[in-house]
Amino acid sequence: MLEFLADHSAIAALLKVFFLLMAFVMPLASLSTWAERRQSAMMQDRLGPNRAEITIPGLGWTLRLWGITHFVADALKMAFKEDLVPSKVDRVLYGIAPIMAIAPVLITFAIVPFGSDLCVGKMTEIITSLEGCRRTIPLQVVRLDIGMLFYFALASLAVYGTTLAGWSSYNKWSLLGGLRASSQMMSYEVTMGLSLMGAFLYYGTLEPNAMVLAQGDNPLNWGLFYQPLGFILFLTAAIAETKRAPFDLPEGEPELIGYFVEYSGMRFGIFFLAEFIETIFLAAIVTTVFLGGWHVPGLHEDGFSFLKLPHIAVVLLRSAVWGGKILFLCWLQLLIRWTLPRFRPDQLMRMGWKQLLPLSLLNIVLTAAWVLWRSAH
Amino acid sequence: MSVDYAPTLVAILFGIGFSCFFMALAVFLGPKRPDPEKLSPFECGSDPIGSPRVRFSVKFYQVAILFLIFDIESAFLYPWAALYRRLSCLGTVSGTQCLGTVTAFGFVEMLVFIGTLVVALAYVWRKRAIGWG
Repeated sequence: MLEFLADHSAIAALLKVFFLLMAFVMPLASLSTWAERRQSAMMQDRLGPNRAEITIPGLGWTLRLWGITHFVADALKMAFKEDLVPSKVDRVLYGIAPIMAIAPVLITFAIVPFGSDLCVGKMTEIITSLEGCRRTIPLQVVRLDIGMLFYFALASLAVYGTTLAGWSSYNKWSLLGGLRASSQMMSYEVTMGLSLMGAFLYYGTLEPNAMVLAQGDNPLNWGLFYQPLGFILFLTAAIAETKRAPFDLPEGEPELIGYFVEYSGMRFGIFFLAEFIETIFLAAIVTTVFLGGWHVPGLHEDGFSFLKLPHIAVVLLRSAVWGGKILFLCWLQLLIRWTLPRFRPDQLMRMGWKQLLPLSLLNIVLTAAWVLWRSAH
Repeated sequence: MSVDYAPTLVAILFGIGFSCFFMALAVFLGPKRPDPEKLSPFECGSDPIGSPRVRFSVKFYQVAILFLIFDIESAFLYPWAALYRRLSCLGTVSGTQCLGTVTAFGFVEMLVFIGTLVVALAYVWRKRAIGWG
């Protein structure tokens, strides 16, 4: 079975992308819609959504779990709401816009390494390195040399989703909202690319798994400590790119009419879900570049120095810790979202172009000088 | 070495297919009970005034043009960043160490390039093309 997958990369890729999206990304995105409301309630001293429950028929027993099942109720509600297409919209672009918003972020998940390579045939053995393996299965859907460039190329496509949604709706407010959103996303995309340049330079590669391998299992060698400025710049720019508070000027729930005002039901739900998937993706990229990816502190290929582990256990442990890092970063984003007040549009533009951009250029020059100095000594 | 692009195609097709599945959910599951009031554009409850194809600030175009310039220029930095260690070493590179003479060639090349970027940024800054007001 595993030999077959190692030889047929396309079938393996289909299984991996299905597993990654269905078993990790979609459940986490749905759960974070609930977690966000619950977290905000806690921070504002309210109860928040805690009433949804599932009654097991016949037993008279209800499953409440602090209201976690709210996301099921929300999804069902959206799916069965009226499918409304306003009369004057451009029907083709109106239909394409939500797809353009969600498809790029789903595709870019393919470059994220969610575990170390599997050594086929030696699953239960203790191995010290992958060099003796005849066949390996990378736990990463797409392994391309241009990895991060693939991500930036696709991420720019998401701008079309918001702009088209605003324009095709035939509504003044959504048009202006779409323009606000696109100018914000474009302004911060420049910084996003440039702030990671220092990391690319330090690792000498654009391939995400190679970056993870370069960081190793000693947390002091992780990118965060070599690129602290790049980390802060990227996190800021990427949060602006997800259009969430404190950068939620394109659309602010009760008071700013945004680009998807003419969308309702599941069509709106797609924009909503895309936003949450973007937060998870941002967490995945930060984990890969700055937090050691799937590396576990002190865990080598053959286990810890005090406890040897079989290969399969090492791989599973690494994937679990990778998931934990992403959960932590998602939680951090929720905390930021509910702590900071919203920027004004002029502050937003000023920060993007006049502060983050020059700082990210400075970061490149400093990193380059440091790398040069290090290779001379 | 040949690169296997099949997984990339699979990922792209899966991403698009999955998004279309969501749209299909909306189209097939939701009931349809249209009426003219419901389908009119949202404008705070009143009838829409004028066309929504209004003129808007030229600043939006400026941002788009600046984005094109700076994003394309940053695209030139990717190969430079990936090859930086090799550009600054006249011998062979092993890990982070250079076995041979270290050269500032890559560094100076990049300084010139980023210098041009900074001049461009300073120009649009002075011309008040960036930021609002």
